[in-house]
Amino acid sequence: MASGAPIAEIRNYTMNFGPQHPAAHGVLRLVLELDGETIQKADPHIGLLHRGTEKLAESKPFNQSIGYMDRLDYVSMMCNEHAYVLAIEKLLGMVPPERAQYIRVMFDEVTRLLNHLMWLGAHALDIGAMTVFLLAFKEREELMDAYEAVSGTRMHATYYRPGGVYRDLPDSMPKYQASRWRSQKDAARLNEARSGSLLDFIHAFTERFPAAIDDYETLLTDNRIWKQRTVNIGVVSPERAMQLGFSGPMLRGSGVAWDLRKKQPYECYARMDFDIPVGVNGDCYDRYLVRVAEMRQSVRIVRQCIEWLRVNPGAVMIDDRKVRAPRRAEMKEDMEALIHHFKFFSEGYEVPAGETYAAVEAPKGEFGVYLVSDGANKPYRLKCRAPGFAHLAALEEMTRGHMLADVVAVIGTQDIVFGEVDR
Amino acid sequence: MINLATLWSSLPDYARATVWILVITVVLIVLVALLTLWERKVIGWMQLRRGPNRVRIFGLLPGIGQPFADVFKLLFKEVVVPANANKLLFRLAPMIALIPAFAAWAVIPLSPEVVVSKADAGLLYLLSLTSLGVYGIIIAGWAANSKYAFLGAMRSAAQMVAYEIAMGFALVGVLMASGSMNLGTIVNTQQGGVLAWNWFWLFPLLVVYFISGVAETNRAPFDVAEGESEIVAGFHVEYSGIGFALFFLAEYANMILIATLTAVFFFGGWRAPFEGWPGLGGTLLGAPSFLWLFAKVFALVFLFLWFRATFPRYRYDQIMRLGWKTLIPVTLVWIGVEMLMANWHIGPWARAWFH
Repeated sequence: MASGAPIAEIRNYTMNFGPQHPAAHGVLRLVLELDGETIQKADPHIGLLHRGTEKLAESKPFNQSIGYMDRLDYVSMMCNEHAYVLAIEKLLGMVPPERAQYIRVMFDEVTRLLNHLMWLGAHALDIGAMTVFLLAFKEREELMDAYEAVSGTRMHATYYRPGGVYRDLPDSMPKYQASRWRSQKDAARLNEARSGSLLDFIHAFTERFPAAIDDYETLLTDNRIWKQRTVNIGVVSPERAMQLGFSGPMLRGSGVAWDLRKKQPYECYARMDFDIPVGVNGDCYDRYLVRVAEMRQSVRIVRQCIEWLRVNPGAVMIDDRKVRAPRRAEMKEDMEALIHHFKFFSEGYEVPAGETYAAVEAPKGEFGVYLVSDGANKPYRLKCRAPGFAHLAALEEMTRGHMLADVVAVIGTQDIVFGEVDR
Repeated sequence: MINLATLWSSLPDYARATVWILVITVVLIVLVALLTLWERKVIGWMQLRRGPNRVRIFGLLPGIGQPFADVFKLLFKEVVVPANANKLLFRLAPMIALIPAFAAWAVIPLSPEVVVSKADAGLLYLLSLTSLGVYGIIIAGWAANSKYAFLGAMRSAAQMVAYEIAMGFALVGVLMASGSMNLGTIVNTQQGGVLAWNWFWLFPLLVVYFISGVAETNRAPFDVAEGESEIVAGFHVEYSGIGFALFFLAEYANMILIATLTAVFFFGGWRAPFEGWPGLGGTLLGAPSFLWLFAKVFALVFLFLWFRATFPRYRYDQIMRLGWKTLIPVTLVWIGVEMLMANWHIGPWARAWFH
């Protein structure tokens, strides 16, 4: 060089995306290497929400860990419980009563709706469409009311038990009261769907909900900006999706028709009539369409469950004193029952030695529980297979070469929840 | 009253202008405050919720006190200056953003009588001032020494360049149709009711101008400079308290400004839509008035809010593509069309002043 001035060194720009970031979906810390706005490298850091769930479960009787499962993927609560409960049942060699199976399937699908609504709202909000978020949350409220009616809590239900479910569906719904802020008329309007049983309430919801999905689709599906932001973003080929360990809508968006509900039916899914929507291009837009179509399928399944549950009363818990606590009335009369009750809630029950893997099609993908028992009243080892973990690992591959704004779209489309990734 | 009127007319020009400047500034600030409330209410209704409805003034109108409560909160908050920021520029930037948003009002004819300055180069003055506002954003993003803010500033700079050009070309079309750069004259040449306004003959330019205006004010769906879910708050991410309040004020004042300019350039400013119509033309509905301008501005500002509740956000490169490859060609083509119209005396060029 003729002059002595050195050429300026051009370096990439490293940016911390999170852990405090509006689009980080909780506590994602993403270290981005940017060339201008183009992503050269995306390095997701995990562990900020690590709570040691798997280790905690090793020091508790089996039943007392059910509540921890809710808190893994905290937007698809009952599905996590389901996998755990299925694993225990496998080791115990138990099959829950049919009615309990239908209740579980119905609530799995209600949970899927809860999750997909949350995903839809957050995904749209990340891409800048704020209205969908609030519309989706309005419907979520009703589903949470269903959770509350059946289990007493709106989120962390702890409703499934090895051998069935905690209790039968209630015959009446809690009602709104008129107050200073809610007139008699408003309360009566809100109570309209709540006059009957929980099944009537959910049925009324399924009548109304497809129209709500149409509303979301009006705002997004044919919106030019939405399509510009999602079509051809984060494309994953079907082969690559399988290699990366994708499951759920992430896999189906790439065109692989893999759904545990069809391929390895558990509970009464084999008797349900529903379709598996699959995508074509494996981009964010296809995954959006797949999830929206899944919501419509979930409504179909919920309807079928309601019809069956209405005409088939019966037990919701296996009549096995090993896993079922004695009724309160029995305890008043019977000394043995009282002792049994105490032992059940303190020591728990022993599970035969062995190991098993049980998986359910959670809203985000295959949620599995690998359980080893050494014959004690606590698991020897518990390992959760979280779908989000495999998806997050592909973040780098899905975003490289895209722009900063696309990272947000890809995080949204992966439907990441850190409760299950970090466990 | 007579004394007041005579006093007013006996005042020298500069004194009257000063009074008008004060009045416009204060009214504008109050309007901005009410606009933030109106925005939250409208978007709330669109999203099936109620919007702010707690803070009242004198027990009236739930929610009306909200913007004022917000202002007082922001005024009393600590102004945090980041340790590595350029202290002078960091404090200067909000003012640079705000001043053009207010100064532009000098040449806008608010009613047949009221205009602070009847500058003949009003259009040029406006173009230069509105493009100054972006300096505040760039300086803020640079001075804060934050990566998010820097990205926001870069995005904003690129966006402004692209959309200033489209906006400028759209105004060339208006200039051709009115034959003047004086905003008063531009309004005057749109005489003759709703179909004589510029929007009819210059419709593509209206669309381009308004879209560019939305982009210029960094409003959704072009809000990449502060894209909440991408770069947190973009250029003003490090600002707190009054510094943030000034940026906020500038953004909303710019919204009102763009709406007013659209009304002046394309919707006949203070002219009545029924002007010259048989039957209605002679009545109050046909009379020019400040209220017509207000109604038009209100309707246009509503569009800003509606966009925000409806659209997802564009990606930064898509905004560039829209600006350079769609909006600018549209304006160029329409300027060519206008030349032909002028040649054959069609539309605005059929009017008397042209000959």
